[in-house]
Amino acid sequence: MSTKRNTFRHRTLPYLLIAPQLVVTLVFFMWPAAQAVIQSFQQEDAFGLSTTWVGFQNYQALFADPDYLNALKVTVVFTLGVTAMSLGLALLLALAVDRMVKSATVYTTLLVWPYAVAPAVSGVMWWFMFNPTIGIFPYLLRMVGYDWNHGLHGTDAMILVVLAASWNQISYNFLFFVAGLQSIPASLREAAAIDGAGPAKRFWTITLPLLSPTTFFLLVVNFVYAMFNTFATIHATTQGGPAGSTNILVYKVFNDGFIGLNLGSSSAQSVVLLFIVIALTVVQFAWVERRVQY
Amino acid sequence: MAAITLESVGKTYAGGVTAVHAIDLAIEDGEFLVLVGPSGCGKSTLLRMIAGLETISSGAVKIGNRVVNQVEPAERDIAMVFQNYALYPHMSVRENLAYGLKNRGVPKDEIARRVAEAAKILEIGGFLDRKPRALSGGQRQRVAMGRAIVREPAAFLFDEPLSNLDAKLRVQMRGEIKQLQARLGTTSIYVTHDQLEAMTLAHRLVVLNGGRIEQVGTPLEVYRKPASTFVAAFIGSPAMNLLQAEVSGGRVRLGGASLPAPGAAEGKVTLGLRPEDLQRTRPGAEGALLMNVAYVEELGAQRLVHGTVGGQSLVCAQPVESDLGDTLTLTADPAAVHLFDAASGKRLG
Repeated sequence: MSTKRNTFRHRTLPYLLIAPQLVVTLVFFMWPAAQAVIQSFQQEDAFGLSTTWVGFQNYQALFADPDYLNALKVTVVFTLGVTAMSLGLALLLALAVDRMVKSATVYTTLLVWPYAVAPAVSGVMWWFMFNPTIGIFPYLLRMVGYDWNHGLHGTDAMILVVLAASWNQISYNFLFFVAGLQSIPASLREAAAIDGAGPAKRFWTITLPLLSPTTFFLLVVNFVYAMFNTFATIHATTQGGPAGSTNILVYKVFNDGFIGLNLGSSSAQSVVLLFIVIALTVVQFAWVERRVQY
Repeated sequence: MAAITLESVGKTYAGGVTAVHAIDLAIEDGEFLVLVGPSGCGKSTLLRMIAGLETISSGAVKIGNRVVNQVEPAERDIAMVFQNYALYPHMSVRENLAYGLKNRGVPKDEIARRVAEAAKILEIGGFLDRKPRALSGGQRQRVAMGRAIVREPAAFLFDEPLSNLDAKLRVQMRGEIKQLQARLGTTSIYVTHDQLEAMTLAHRLVVLNGGRIEQVGTPLEVYRKPASTFVAAFIGSPAMNLLQAEVSGGRVRLGGASLPAPGAAEGKVTLGLRPEDLQRTRPGAEGALLMNVAYVEELGAQRLVHGTVGGQSLVCAQPVESDLGDTLTLTADPAAVHLFDAASGKRLG
């Protein structure tokens, strides 16, 4: 990559040019983040009349709280579920489209549409389809003898939110997988076919390893998506229930802070999430540098 | 090792485009056959049909005595070298060589033995543990060939294997492929658009044009007796001169000049003269061609003189030391005069 250094005649001009971006970042990202860090060391009463400095007590309380530990566990299950489901299905669809000669573009276009649906809308759609009283799926499941009720059963609720959250993300993953598959030269698969590898073997020994950069990138993106961007989905379907069985960390931040008005604890939870994001980013960059090129 | 037979093999794509028209061809056991032609002539399609990478629309492909039309590429006992080498980028050179054997369930010690042998033949032993990206173009080319020879297949198929190399390396690898094939004696089919590669490598070459065979023959046969104006213009460098002329009374007449005509043709013909077959003769000689010199290209070993004869462009090769004027008086041996039908382009006599 070639970089070109431009010089400005006026000293202030470059600063003026980057100012809008800087202002947005400072006001909407840095300031709230700093505020959260400060508040995580404070305790405030529900009316905002008194604030006390409590040091690390919010954090200590957090990691002693069975609800928080449960939310951590729920988040891990949810994140793994969403990632596995959305990556797996997206890869299957991408492989199917990659084999098509004629109508590949039509399918690609159709499969990308769900990405344009707002998570809250798709959440409501899933909520309708799985509504224990009026939904089509509980009706069908009852025929095979399964009593679906995500309002009562934690597992049902988890399956519902994983489905709803994956549905949006599949389109995104699909696009990347299609692009990734297209970048694998056809001659490699032909050479493998001549080398005696059947379709399944070709997939495991040639296609999948060559897709690994794409897969790894998507893995990180999907982790981040499931952990941080699924608030609307949860809010529109289960609201974290029943009994906290779909209460992921992000949803708990919202619940404790804006419903429970425990701003100190909510801030402490945000800071923990902040560190999780930082850790994920570091892992991503370290791996991308090392593994992605061959 | 096996003979390969094509019996009216044709390829028509779903869109109705016919890439290959009913081709009949018998490739002998141990033969080095080169398919040569311009891009789009169907040579790669033909090779890919033999490999099993394209379905065969009509006719039959036989490897040995077996019709392989419905046989998977892996079961055809062939190995292919691709234009872009198609090395598996995530595997080391050793793994690349071993992949095909491992898939066939060859025992480990046998794989190790064959890989070591191929590495020795191709002198790639020094970088067996490197990944393809750490190799130069020539080394990748060797690995691609290594992957073919470890399999000890019935036939090698080469799909323009040298076209990604620079000119110098291409000449070197061309020699190595020729020696390797002679040493292993494996039936080989080699596709190229480069007539020089075709001439130097082939036992027999097949000139393809528009999905049809124009001519089959040894390099010298094709060079000396091109079957059509297409072959005449395609094989040989610099290309053969093709001039509009007329035959009457056993002589080819071109403007004021005339040359002895082989065969019994009469009327309008296309006259073919190779630049290297044109010799200077004394000025005023009977029937000689008078060439107006336009410009000269120095090639080092010889010089190419470009000009016109009777308004038609002509190239002739001359020794470097020759002193040229504005006009050259040229003549050609009767054996070097090629005549083609003016309409169909087919060889006459």
